[in-house]
Amino acid sequence: MAHHPSLTFRLDSQSGLAPYRQLVDQVRLAVRTGLLRDGDQLPSVREVVTQITINPNTVHRAYRELEHQGIVEGRAGLGTFITLHLSVAPDAADHGTFEQALHDLVINARRAGLDEETIRELMRTALRHDGNVRS
Amino acid sequence: MIEETSVLEAVNLGKRYRRTWGLQDCTLTIPKGRVAALVGPNGSGKSTLLRMAAGLQEPSAGTLRVLGQSPSPGTNDLRERVGYLDQDRPLYKSFRVAEMLRFGEMNNPTWSMDVAKNHLALLDIPLRSRVNNLSGGQQAQVALTLCLAKQPELLLLDEPAAALDPVAREDLLRLLMRQVADSGSSVVLSTHALSDVAAICDYVVVLAHARVVLSNDTEYIVETHRILSIVDDSDLVPPPGVTIINEQRSARGRSLLVRVELPFNDDRWRVDRPTLEEIVMAYLREGSPHRDGRHVGEIESGAR
Repeated sequence: MAHHPSLTFRLDSQSGLAPYRQLVDQVRLAVRTGLLRDGDQLPSVREVVTQITINPNTVHRAYRELEHQGIVEGRAGLGTFITLHLSVAPDAADHGTFEQALHDLVINARRAGLDEETIRELMRTALRHDGNVRS
Repeated sequence: MIEETSVLEAVNLGKRYRRTWGLQDCTLTIPKGRVAALVGPNGSGKSTLLRMAAGLQEPSAGTLRVLGQSPSPGTNDLRERVGYLDQDRPLYKSFRVAEMLRFGEMNNPTWSMDVAKNHLALLDIPLRSRVNNLSGGQQAQVALTLCLAKQPELLLLDEPAAALDPVAREDLLRLLMRQVADSGSSVVLSTHALSDVAAICDYVVVLAHARVVLSNDTEYIVETHRILSIVDDSDLVPPPGVTIINEQRSARGRSLLVRVELPFNDDRWRVDRPTLEEIVMAYLREGSPHRDGRHVGEIESGAR
């Protein structure tokens, strides 16, 4: 395994999401899109704090959460590795289908005269409602 | 020996300067292992709290415990366990960096020359440079390095990144975070830069008018605040269990930054998640005197 950090994190201070949640989401996304695969190593906490300005506790917290979700596994003295015991990643075809459907949706919305801001707002509302249903 | 779970514990702590209080009725607990931010306008008591914690000033009221001990100028044990960086970042300007390091080594039994040299090498600061030939950013980095090389359990930093350009500021904060990652030191720092707080701090204390108006885990703070907005219907009151921190009215509606204890579900209100910056700003604004003399009601304490 070439030793590049397997993933470069970024933080969005405007997202309203706790920084640890942002890291968790970024790892999940990387797994879902195939950027990270079974057996890949996540950057060490020290690598992350050298890469971006972040509290090491936040990185630990995110890795613990990912471990709890069954996406990664901490191996003592070695690091944190992706383990896909849970099928968190829908298969690639599935992923493509959703992407296509969303793409079509955006095109239809634009044809109907909605601007980008309105589309974003509708999407946010939909996600928020979904969040309420789930919680 | 009882293991300390907090690095700083203040109960009704106060400091009076002649007629005015520099800090008043301050009750807070900062847990061990955190990077805690003290936020508040100038004169709100941040530096006073840090100086008392460093044992440089005596409290006028209440009690203060730092790493389980009462700090005072004579507490030698605490002097080794606590690193304090003044906002003026005092350095001997005519010294070379290497001389500053030797000076630090002579005065601190817990000094690690390796830590000092590693940090400076990563920052590309040559040991033979004279302090007054370094840029402001580099001087700040040297001052922080001297503090870190003591390997203190607790770092008390008074505006460590003030007046630095964005790159120097980021380098400084990363230097600090590397130390936290390597040694597990706890940090209490004061700052005006709310973006830094969001990036590196996991505990926030907001001071306004020499009093604590908010003190808690950042994660808890973010999870328990929402922005509620509504068009028209300007008399609608949010349901019980919701505390209004700050309210902004426009011609067409209202926007409230609120603290919620329970999941909020009321379709009449649009609910958004505020950023940590927005929350802190709301507490800072509400603590300011022009708002009909009313301060944010009760102090939210560190208890979870």
